Amino acid sequence: CVVMADDESQYTIKEGDYVVLKRGDIFKAVQIQPRKKVIFEKQWFFLDNAVGHLYSSTFEIVSGGTLQPQKLRGTESNAKEAGTDNRNIVDDGKSQKLTRDDIETLKEKGLKGQEIIQQLIKNSSTFRGKTEYAQDKYIKKKKKKYENTVTILKPSCRILAMMYHGREPGKICHLRYDTLAQMLTLANIHAGSKVLVFETCAGLVLGAVMERMGGYGSVIQMYPGGGPVRAGVESFGFPANFHDMLHEFPICHVNSLLAGTLDTTAKDPTAGSAAEEKKVKLEKKRKKLAAAADLLKGRDADGLVIASRFHPCPVLMGLLKFLSPSRPFVVYSQYKEPLIECYTKLKEHGGAVSLRLTDTWLRHYQVLPNRTHPLLLMSGGGGYLLSGTTVTMDGAKPAGSQRAEEPAAKRPKLTHTEG
Amino acid sequence: MSFVEYSDFIQDGDVAIIYLGHDSMMPVKVQQGAQTQTRYGVIRHSTDLIGQRYGSKVTCSKGGWVHVLHPTPELWTVCLPHRTQILYTTDIATITMMLELKPGSIVCESGTGSGSLSHGILRTIAPTGHLHTVEFHQQRAEKVAEEFKEHRVGHLVTVRNQDVCKDGFGVTGVADAVFLDIPSPWEAVGHAKAALKTQGGRLCSFSPCIEQVQRTCEVLTDHGFEEISTMEVLLRVHDVRTVPLPLPDFGPDPSAQTQPETGEEPHPMCSPNPPSITMKTTTPPREMPGHTGYLTFATKPRT
Ligand SMILES: C[S@@+](CC[C@H](N)C(=O)[O-])C[C@H]1O[C@@H](n2cnc3c(N)ncnc32)[C@H](O)[C@@H]1O
Repeated sequence: CVVMADDESQYTIKEGDYVVLKRGDIFKAVQIQPRKKVIFEKQWFFLDNAVGHLYSSTFEIVSGGTLQPQKLRGTESNAKEAGTDNRNIVDDGKSQKLTRDDIETLKEKGLKGQEIIQQLIKNSSTFRGKTEYAQDKYIKKKKKKYENTVTILKPSCRILAMMYHGREPGKICHLRYDTLAQMLTLANIHAGSKVLVFETCAGLVLGAVMERMGGYGSVIQMYPGGGPVRAGVESFGFPANFHDMLHEFPICHVNSLLAGTLDTTAKDPTAGSAAEEKKVKLEKKRKKLAAAADLLKGRDADGLVIASRFHPCPVLMGLLKFLSPSRPFVVYSQYKEPLIECYTKLKEHGGAVSLRLTDTWLRHYQVLPNRTHPLLLMSGGGGYLLSGTTVTMDGAKPAGSQRAEEPAAKRPKLTHTEG
Repeated sequence: MSFVEYSDFIQDGDVAIIYLGHDSMMPVKVQQGAQTQTRYGVIRHSTDLIGQRYGSKVTCSKGGWVHVLHPTPELWTVCLPHRTQILYTTDIATITMMLELKPGSIVCESGTGSGSLSHGILRTIAPTGHLHTVEFHQQRAEKVAEEFKEHRVGHLVTVRNQDVCKDGFGVTGVADAVFLDIPSPWEAVGHAKAALKTQGGRLCSFSPCIEQVQRTCEVLTDHGFEEISTMEVLLRVHDVRTVPLPLPDFGPDPSAQTQPETGEEPHPMCSPNPPSITMKTTTPPREMPGHTGYLTFATKPRT
């Protein structure tokens, strides 16, 4: 009944933990392994010294690639005084009074990256005259060169989604973090439900769904090809029990499962030639398939999330059959046209209401006294979503009052009946 | 039925969502013997609803039909009774992810308003989390508490009728996340900090005006919050349409004569019915919400 006694250990970095390295707005997911060299922002170091420290601690990278807890908290905001225009800036290559040698001496004296940057600013005759945008650019450039700190974070969907989007958008089909946020909400992902996930986003979407379910309920990863791809799920660093809710089912067996011809019963490998080890492995695989098939058979799943590089139309039409009526589904595509096709197909087929094709527009702001404005760069697009809710299909009933939901779409004839 | 757990069949005492058509829904309290009037006729709860499967089509007295849906926080947001301005799903989704909410999270919120965001939070933090929500308007606080009970999420939430800027959230050092949607959020930042766990946590403030954001950010910095980041998210809807595109007629083309016959009849003159093709595309709505509010997020470091 007491919410206290927050397990302190969950806030401490341990060996084997999956963590996220952070510098500025750059992230990288890694695992803490003894004497393992990691490379981050063109610098290599070892994470051993981080063990035992608290998450969100910042470390200085010192010689030999060892981490040293940072004493003073990094103050991000450099009290700036920006010029309004650049009429007085002359680029004569003499604006920096510190020479290369001077900087080396500072480094030898043990000055930290941030202090060196402060020195550079102090000794720059043009910095104060630069516009605020140019100042930011200057600091960013110098930071990249001289900063040697790294912050170690506990992974979360927010951080990993931002990391993937910033680092490797191609691996996650260019799914922007705010779009992922919409998906989790539109699909009503929550503890205790049974959710189908079809994704080729390195496991980011699967992990995001699992995080929102908190280990309660079941997630069935419907996967194409040889085996489920989900390296990204590891990066979430979920507790072991989370993996108990995760099941997998190859979509190449969907047709036979629906037809009732999928055989998941134990087969006695009569050919004694098969090595014992292999038999055990096959049996394990069979059991897994049988467990996932059992979950799917009732066709009573509570949610469906699709985000892949496959044509979404067959995926959606194939997997929608596994949902109970009155359950949400959401399909992501990097492109709009395939979702128009999904929309049209669903309208013809019936069995879904509240269909909506959307995308989100995201803008970040700089907020500073008298200098608040949108950031100069913004993401051009975060991909598209088609969302809706399943309903029962009853072709038998006489057509009721036909009303146009969307002016352009004709009401479909409902032929399919609930199985 | 519960807002945090699906059921298959409609029962007496449930709250169900009547789906009348695109963007047109109404909530009903299902009650043995009760009737609900819709534009398609009457729905009789005892026969049309109770015992039916959620997602079923129900034929109303005038012959028209509707679908009956299981409630979700998103459906509730689009049909709840407005007692204040509310947050909509696009912002709620962003807030939920950026505050890192998940099952078990302890969350503080103010003002509760109409409870639109509260339902979204409750769905995400169930079954082991808790929401402490503060609303200084007494009737609103009472009404929303009643709704939480009806929606069977009452055990996950504590509604406090007090001024958050004066009296805070009523808890200290327990919250993983704090959310503010009040006219002067900067006055509540100190209380937000106190409510958050010593190990740290996340904060979000929603404000329609940039001046509010400005003041809030200053105070957040003064209180040692980090990773302060302001953003705006807008939903763009794409309506799917089949559009005809007439093809222009440039008259007979003598130079085309040399090409092999395609078998198509050439148009000798400008035809009175010019040919056109139809295609599927999307159009934006004529108007859309162009601003809801700025979302400012921040991290409270360990203290
Ligand atoms: C815009 S509404 C919140 C809407 C809510 N986020 C939703 O989604 O339904 C703002 C609410 O904050 C309440 N409020 C304003 N200042 C407050 C304060 N200092 N303490 C507590 N509640 C306050 C108002 O009474 C109002 O109900």
